[in-house]
Amino acid sequence: MKSMLSALGLATVLAASPAWAQSYPAKPITMIVPFAAGGPTDVIARIVADNMSKTLGQQIVVENVAGAGGTTGTTRAAQSAPDGYTIMMGHMGTHGAAPALYPNLKYDPSKDFEPIGMAAGTPILIVAKKNFPAKDLKEFLAKAKADGDKINEAHAGIGSVSHTTCLLLNAQAGLKPTQVPYKGTGPALNDLVSGQVDFMCDQIVNLVEQIKGGNIKAYAIATPERSPALPDVPTTKEAGLPEYQVSAWNAVFAPKGTPKDITAKLNDALGKALADENTRKRLLELGAVLPDKAGQTQDALGTFVAQEVARWTPVIKASGAVAQ
Amino acid sequence: MEQLVDNLALGFSTALSLKNIGLCFLGCLVGTLIGVLPGVGPIATIAMLLPVTFGIDPTGALIMLAGIYYGAQYGGSTTAILVNIPGEATSVVTTLDGHQMARAGRAGVALGIAAIASFIAGCIATLVIAALGEPLTKLALLFGPAEYFSLMVMGLVFAVVLARGSLPKAIAMIVVGLLLSTVGTDLETGQERLTFGIAELSDGVDFAVLAMGIFGFAEIIRNLENPETRDVVRGKIGRLLPSKDDFKQALAPILRGTGLGAILGILPGNGAVLGPFASYTLEKKITKDPSRFGRGAIEGVAGPEAANNAGAQTAFIPLLTLGIPPNAVMALMVGAMTIHGIIPGPQVVTKNPQLFWGMIASMWVGNLMLLVINLPLVGLWVRLLKVPYSLLYPAILLFCCIGIYSINNSTSDVIFTAFFGLVGYALLKFGYEPAPLLLGFVLGKLMEEKLRQALILSRGSFATFVERPVSGGLLLVAAIMLAIALLPSIRKGRDEVFTE
Repeated sequence: MKSMLSALGLATVLAASPAWAQSYPAKPITMIVPFAAGGPTDVIARIVADNMSKTLGQQIVVENVAGAGGTTGTTRAAQSAPDGYTIMMGHMGTHGAAPALYPNLKYDPSKDFEPIGMAAGTPILIVAKKNFPAKDLKEFLAKAKADGDKINEAHAGIGSVSHTTCLLLNAQAGLKPTQVPYKGTGPALNDLVSGQVDFMCDQIVNLVEQIKGGNIKAYAIATPERSPALPDVPTTKEAGLPEYQVSAWNAVFAPKGTPKDITAKLNDALGKALADENTRKRLLELGAVLPDKAGQTQDALGTFVAQEVARWTPVIKASGAVAQ
Repeated sequence: MEQLVDNLALGFSTALSLKNIGLCFLGCLVGTLIGVLPGVGPIATIAMLLPVTFGIDPTGALIMLAGIYYGAQYGGSTTAILVNIPGEATSVVTTLDGHQMARAGRAGVALGIAAIASFIAGCIATLVIAALGEPLTKLALLFGPAEYFSLMVMGLVFAVVLARGSLPKAIAMIVVGLLLSTVGTDLETGQERLTFGIAELSDGVDFAVLAMGIFGFAEIIRNLENPETRDVVRGKIGRLLPSKDDFKQALAPILRGTGLGAILGILPGNGAVLGPFASYTLEKKITKDPSRFGRGAIEGVAGPEAANNAGAQTAFIPLLTLGIPPNAVMALMVGAMTIHGIIPGPQVVTKNPQLFWGMIASMWVGNLMLLVINLPLVGLWVRLLKVPYSLLYPAILLFCCIGIYSINNSTSDVIFTAFFGLVGYALLKFGYEPAPLLLGFVLGKLMEEKLRQALILSRGSFATFVERPVSGGLLLVAAIMLAIALLPSIRKGRDEVFTE
């Protein structure tokens, strides 16, 4: 009896599945954000999810599952049912730097996820305390190099965007600063503004108002083009460190095995969100850089993730930084 | 001065629009109701309700969120008083005398004085922010890691004074609290410490998990064990609002608490958490009969509650004037502002004066709302105590579990809370106080972080803590306080401050 029932149930599911995909989404979708509410990734996720909900006709509920540099929430997303009702907003850390930082990582950014699409990148800036004795990036790099470990770099904790992006800077420019770890961007920025530490690297959204207000100074932005939010800040290319190109990107992923028509539907909704005037405006106000049409495809994201893992692994391994 | 009046006029004209008053009221009401649920503190409440504000203009949205914040903060005190469960670090102190008052049939008085103390503190803090917000920002910048560490050392001295029972037991509890705070990933090396390979512990123990278990769950087990104590609470319910004498007794502590809370609230890195502890310590030290503390002294509720609310408000100063969030709640407010297209920074005052002054004015309006909402609710809350415990405790447990789950959407947190409940019960049985443990835990996290940052910056020289004037001064105050606290015990062989 029991086996008959389950067979019947299976048959129903099999019969229903194409129609079920047709009617997707039939209930609210959970978007896991692997960071605390209020942070840059959370803000981007909420803005994007707001518009995607309208396109899909179902609410996308943001669920913050913070912990272990974002890997807790990402692990949960990887292990969720691949039915399209759990998706996540991954970022440079969870899907780029994490494999090198966390030796016991329980997921593979490429193998355990279906890429949905790139949402937004937030450019990285090199900033210093306002009275740091260097007027541009060249002088800064020369001084920082000459001072060796006498110079203090603040970062928001092992594995944070500010930590890994500065590791890349240090490797490329040959700097060996003393690293001062903080718990989060807020306290690190506080000590940069008050001059306790010398410099840091972080996302534009965290820094833009402090730069405009003259509390800290920006040496360069690590993107090919200047940001409309900070038109006076030169690019790394202009300032003399062209190889330093890095942005904290945020992208939507679904667990591996999510049906193709569902991921396509999600990609389409994401594309519509990025084309929506109001959503665009809100993202651009944060200083975010939005992907072009070619960069919005699922394949583009898949390729990009593989590139990012390959890029961060040697930088992090060489620095000796490990998080458990 | 004239400018201040102009600014406040602008603020009130914004905050007193019908829509904004409505949003403020709604925020305070929802915040209070959700905050009363054990475990659901301001952070969880704001995070949950953030999407609701999407359709509202930025100023209105922030006024509503700020209302939720005060409301949740106040709601947390209600839970602390009624069921001895501190939802967050700042209401730990309120449980000490607040719950004892409730047990003595004075729950209404405790709730009433908490509301009034919060209101008075809120009014004063609003004026402080309006008049001195910008100059006070410099205070936040004066505090580097070394200063912060020394402040925390001072906080540990408060923990010693907090203890009701034996001094060695209190110190043991502080040390356990400090040890618990070291669980998790090492700040500097990224190595895991004391996690026993449990992935859920890699970010350490959450405060709410620990507090809820060691206070709330343990209290429930104890109440179930002896039916008499809980019936005492049910049997005697006296007057609902504080009498004139109560108020007279509480006024000076309220003012002192407001001052302490307001100053500590401005400091970065959650200095506000020290406010209630500092206020309690002060009141216990200057009172004629310290033995009343821990047994339902009204000053022990009024002072800390005032400090709590004043700190909650002045914590907005670094956010509004500098754009740097001093604690997790304010970091969430940054997110909320950013979502609404306003990136907080040093220019918010000049670029969005309407928002800035509107928010400040709405703080006062919000405090008034809280009073209006909460005084009538006191009767309702007190009546809750009449519910038979066999019905009440499963409800409390259920809400605790929901609250804990909602912090990180994690089931393992709920299991950890149950574990700490058993630990808390054992501690109660052996006569150990949980409050010093919690303070040690809260301070420990900050202390270690700041100690290591200071030592990295000084390249390993401990002299940095005395060489820097502010830091050295704080350590000196801590030493003097400790000496005063310990002197009687040396003189008389037995310390009356610490005995019950």
